[in-house]
Amino acid sequence: MAAKILIASPLRPYTDADEVQADGVTLGELLNDLDARYPGIRFRMIDEQDQVRRHMRIFINGEPVKNLAHPIRSSDEVSIVQALSGG
Amino acid sequence: MAKAKARAKAKTQKTSRPRKSAGKLILVATRKGAWIYRGGHGAWRADGPHFLGQIINHLVLDPRDGKTLLAAASTGHLGPTLFRSTDLGKSWQESPRPPAFKKQEGGRTVKRTFWLTPAHANEPNVWYAGTSPQGLFRSEDGGVTWNEFSGLNDDPQYRGWMGTEQDGTPSGPMLHSIIIDPRDPKHMYFGMSGGGVHESTDGGKHWKPLIEGMEVVAGFDAKTVSFHDPHCVRLCPSNPDRLYQQNHCGIYRLDRPSKIWKRVGKAMPAKVGDVGFPMVLHPRDDETAWVFPMDGQTVWPRTSIEGEPAVYGTSNGGKSWKRLDQGLPKNQAWWTVKRQAFAADRGAPVGLYFGTTSGELWTSRNEGKSWACIARHLPEIFAVETAELG
Repeated sequence: MAAKILIASPLRPYTDADEVQADGVTLGELLNDLDARYPGIRFRMIDEQDQVRRHMRIFINGEPVKNLAHPIRSSDEVSIVQALSGG
Repeated sequence: MAKAKARAKAKTQKTSRPRKSAGKLILVATRKGAWIYRGGHGAWRADGPHFLGQIINHLVLDPRDGKTLLAAASTGHLGPTLFRSTDLGKSWQESPRPPAFKKQEGGRTVKRTFWLTPAHANEPNVWYAGTSPQGLFRSEDGGVTWNEFSGLNDDPQYRGWMGTEQDGTPSGPMLHSIIIDPRDPKHMYFGMSGGGVHESTDGGKHWKPLIEGMEVVAGFDAKTVSFHDPHCVRLCPSNPDRLYQQNHCGIYRLDRPSKIWKRVGKAMPAKVGDVGFPMVLHPRDDETAWVFPMDGQTVWPRTSIEGEPAVYGTSNGGKSWKRLDQGLPKNQAWWTVKRQAFAADRGAPVGLYFGTTSGELWTSRNEGKSWACIARHLPEIFAVETAELG
């Protein structure tokens, strides 16, 4: 299942693009495929306990999602953004 | 007898010639990227920023091959990672498996890799890393991939001594000062802020606290390991039986096989005290060391004392200390030097280098007698290391 993923600017050095595609029937699978295509990107937004990192957010069709088992449909738009925190 | 033997060895090494160098590097890790200064003899060329915007906690050259650099990185938003260069920083590759705790119920998360140590000369591809929160990791492929090391990270007793994040420093609890005895790769030390100094003599299979003689904050029990806060522990390159330590509660020296640290910071001027973060040792003289005292009163301002920065040096193992501030600002300089941000080279005389919380890089070409500023206006400097090429 391919889905469109919008990439936050801090992660674009991995993708060289603000929008990419990845495959998976769950969010977790999608992120694993994203990491296979762009090695290292997953660990910078998902920690080793499979939690979305503190200052990162993932939205699916505009709704915030934290559960990596969340199902993905081919029409879904996944947005990976960084929280609005500065410093 | 052991002490006398060590002294004799140190004396021999003190008079040995430093090896000639094809050039020097100063490796500067900052809150907003890394810089490599190349040159020497008072002329330095800045190469950087590398990783602009990323928090670089430590940048270290592998002395065993003279070309592999490891950089521990994170950002304000992204998780930690580790970059590796095998061409002295011309190009970088990201570690496909940086230090990370195992996934388990209630498992911990590495917030940042804080400390990097190349292993023994006879283990050419082995590195160790210390993290925040406290964790010990090892790479056996030159820093490409990392695994938890020694069972320490899940040891119930050690987890108790590590405490929670609430027990750590304002920047988070951390494991640092990973030291490998140059005579024996199985003999290791590390420090934890908080959590004390620890030693293994069997390659990390077992660890024991090494805290006797170290003081803790008044009113607390010094027998409680988790109350101890070593800021920086160093082993004398010329005498591996001697260690020095800058602690939250003083400056210490330890002469093995003794297990009792001696507070040599008591000899510091009373109005300066012996609080600070970094500790730097002479490469060929185990009696000579340098510290950078800071203001640790009341709310811990973590600035130079009274805005008048100074290095203090000893040339007699801590029996006395001398103020070394020629060339440094005379007043209104409210910066300090972090635990990894002070380093020595192997020159004769020894060159000293420190980076400040205000982004200045200072050097002394005469073992601290006078100081000159190499760079200003860098981001807050977290770590300074030196290396010699060729």
